Amino acid sequence: MSVLVFAESAKGKVKKAGFEATYYGHLTAQSIGGDVVALVIGDAANAADLGKYGASKVIQVNHNGSFDSGVYASIIAQAAEQNGANTVIVNHSSSGKSLSGRLAVKMNAGLVSGVNSIPTADGGSFKVKKPVFSGKAIAECEINSANRVLTLMGNAYPPVEVSNEVNVENASIDGGASSYTVTDTKTADGIVPLPEAELVVSAGRGMKGPENWGIIEELADVIGATTACSRPVADTGWRPHHEHVGQTGVAVRPNLYIAIGISGAIQHLAGVNSSKTIVVINKDPEAPFFKAADYGVCADLFDVVPALTEAIKKHKSDS
Amino acid sequence: MNLLVCISKTPETTAKIAFKDENSSFDTDGVQFIMNPYDEWYALVRALELKEQHGGKVIAINVGDSSNDPVIRKALAIGADEAVRVDIEATSSFFVAKQVAEYAKSNDIDIVFTGKETIDYNGAEVGGMIAEMLEQPYFSFASHMDHDGSTATVTRDIEGGVEVAEINGKFVISAAKGLAEQRIPNMRGIMMAKRKPLNVIPAVEAEGNVKVLSYELPPVKGGITMVDADDMDKLVKLLHEEAKVL
Ligand SMILES: Cc1cc2nc3c(=O)[nH]c(=O)nc-3n(C[C@H](O)[C@H](O)[C@H](O)COP(=O)(O)OP(=O)(O)OC[C@H]3O[C@@H](n4cnc5c(N)ncnc54)[C@H](O)[C@@H]3O)c2cc1C
Ligand SMILES: Nc1ncnc2c1ncn2[C@@H]1O[C@H](COP(=O)(O)O)[C@@H](O)[C@H]1O
Repeated sequence: MSVLVFAESAKGKVKKAGFEATYYGHLTAQSIGGDVVALVIGDAANAADLGKYGASKVIQVNHNGSFDSGVYASIIAQAAEQNGANTVIVNHSSSGKSLSGRLAVKMNAGLVSGVNSIPTADGGSFKVKKPVFSGKAIAECEINSANRVLTLMGNAYPPVEVSNEVNVENASIDGGASSYTVTDTKTADGIVPLPEAELVVSAGRGMKGPENWGIIEELADVIGATTACSRPVADTGWRPHHEHVGQTGVAVRPNLYIAIGISGAIQHLAGVNSSKTIVVINKDPEAPFFKAADYGVCADLFDVVPALTEAIKKHKSDS
Repeated sequence: MNLLVCISKTPETTAKIAFKDENSSFDTDGVQFIMNPYDEWYALVRALELKEQHGGKVIAINVGDSSNDPVIRKALAIGADEAVRVDIEATSSFFVAKQVAEYAKSNDIDIVFTGKETIDYNGAEVGGMIAEMLEQPYFSFASHMDHDGSTATVTRDIEGGVEVAEINGKFVISAAKGLAEQRIPNMRGIMMAKRKPLNVIPAVEAEGNVKVLSYELPPVKGGITMVDADDMDKLVKLLHEEAKVL
C-alpha cells in the first residue's frame, strides 16, 4: 500500500508545508513500507519538485474555485483509492484541520492529528505520537483501522532533498460542487502566517502600549520574523487577534521564539513551548518564562530590544 | 432555529499533567475540570445570541459519563434551554462525532456548533467529522458569523488571513476567538439551570478506531544561559553558532 500526501499550494505554487508533508511521507514510507504519491489540487508550477522530497509520483488535479473541506476531502479520498494508498498525510494547518475529519469519515480511517513522530507498523500495529495537553505531554496513539489519516505538526520535519524531480501527471477527479459561496478573502501579503513561521518575535504587556510596537516590528523585520503577542495584548486591542499565541490562541512551533515583556503564564507557554529555541527578555528575574527559556536577558526591554536589533544588523553586514 | 452546541470537558488550564497505570492513563486526581473555553466562551454564546435574535432553542450536548454534569449545568446556567448527555465514555473523536451527528439528524438541528479544538487533546477533529456525517458544509475556526434567518455570513480563519462565505441552509461551525464575548453565569441563571432538563440518552453503536496506548512527558529543557544586557553581540553569536537559528 502506498502513502498519499496532500501537498498544499497557494498562489500557483506548492508551499513549504507541502514539501514538509511530502518529506514526512517519505520517512513514513521508509518506516511502514510503500511508495509516496503526492497530490496537488489546483495549479502549482513547482509540483515536479515534490519528487526531490521523496514523492515517486506526483498527481495534479484541476480545481477552480476556493477551498471547501468537503470538495477537497472528496478529491483526496478518491486519489487515495485510485493509488492504493491507505495512509494519507496532510498538514496540521487551517485547511488540513478543516478537511481531515471529513476525510477520515469518508475513508473510514482512524485519524491522529498534529503528529510529530514517524509512525511504526511493527506486527501490524500502527503507532504514532502526538503532543497533547498543549505540549505538556506526548501521547502514543494506535490506529486499528485499515485506513489512516495523519495531520503533520508544522516545523516538525524540515524538508530535506532525497531524490530528483518527477513528471507531474494530470488526473481528473471530480470533488463535486461547493454548497456555499466565498465572497471575500483577506490574506496579509508577504508575511509568513504564525503557525508556519520559523522565526517569531512576540511581545506582551511589558510593552506598556501599542504605540511602542515599533521596536518589535523592527526586530522582526531584520530577521524576517512574524510578530505575535500575549492574550491580554490582543484582548485590549493593542494588537490584532490573529497574533495571540497560547493555549487559547495560535500554537506556534518556530525554530526561534523571542518573548519580550511576557511573564510566561502557563497558558501562554502552552502555545509556545514546542519552539526549538526560546529567548526571554524580561526585567523581572522571577518571571516564570525564564524557566522555559534557552537564553535570557534580564533587563529593561526598551534598552535591550533596540540593542539586539543593532547587533543583528551588524552581524548581517559582517557575514 | 434549533441550535446544537457541543460541550466538552477539559482539565483546568493550570492543572498539573501526570499519568498513572504505567503511564497509560491521565491521572485526574486533584485535577479540576472546566468547560472547554472555545465551547463556553464562543460557541455557546454565539448560539444564545442567535436564539435571542431569531427565536428557537439552544441545546447543549455532551458525550460522557455523569462526572460531566457540572460542566453541562454550567452551559444551562449560561443560558442553554436544555441539555443532552450521551451516556458513555468519549473514547475517540469519531465516536463522539457519531453520537452528535445521530442526535442532530433526528432532532432537526439547523446549526451544529463545536469549539475550535479541545485544549487537552488539541485535535480539531470532531467538527469536520460531524459535518461529513451530516453531509453539510463545515466552517472551521469561525471568528464571526451573522445570520439573517435564512442566510449566514461566516468569517473563518484560513492560512494567514480570513475568508468570508455565504451559506443558505444547515451547516456545522467550529468557534474560534472573536465569534462572541464570554458570558459569566449569574445567580438567576444558576438557579434556573437546576430546573432545566438534562436528558441522559444511550449511545448509538460506533467503533472507535484510535486509542492512546501511553503517555510520556516531553524531554526537559537544558538550563538557561543568561546573557548580559550590554552584550547583545554575544546573544547574536549564541543564536548563530550554538542554537543555529539566525
Ligand atoms: C483559560 C485561560 C486561557 C488563557 N489563554 C492564554 C493564551 O492563550 N495566551 C496568553 O498569552 N495568555 C493566556 N491567558 C492569560 C495568561 O494567564 C496571562 O494572564 C497572560 O499571558 C499575561 O500576559 P503578559 O505576559 O503579556 O502580561 P503580564 O503577566 O502582565 O506580564 C508582563 C511582563 O512584562 C515584564 N515587563 C514589564 N515591563 C518591562 C520592561 N520595561 N522591560 C522588560 N520586561 C518588562 C514584567 O516583568 C512581566 O513579566 C489565559 C488565561 C486563562 C485563565
Ligand atoms: N465528549 C464530547 N462531547 C461533546 N462535544 C465534544 C466532545 N469532545 C469534543 N467535542 C466538541 O468538539 C470540539 C473539538 O474537539 P476536538 O476535535 O477533540 O479538538 C470541542 O470544542 C467540542 O465542541
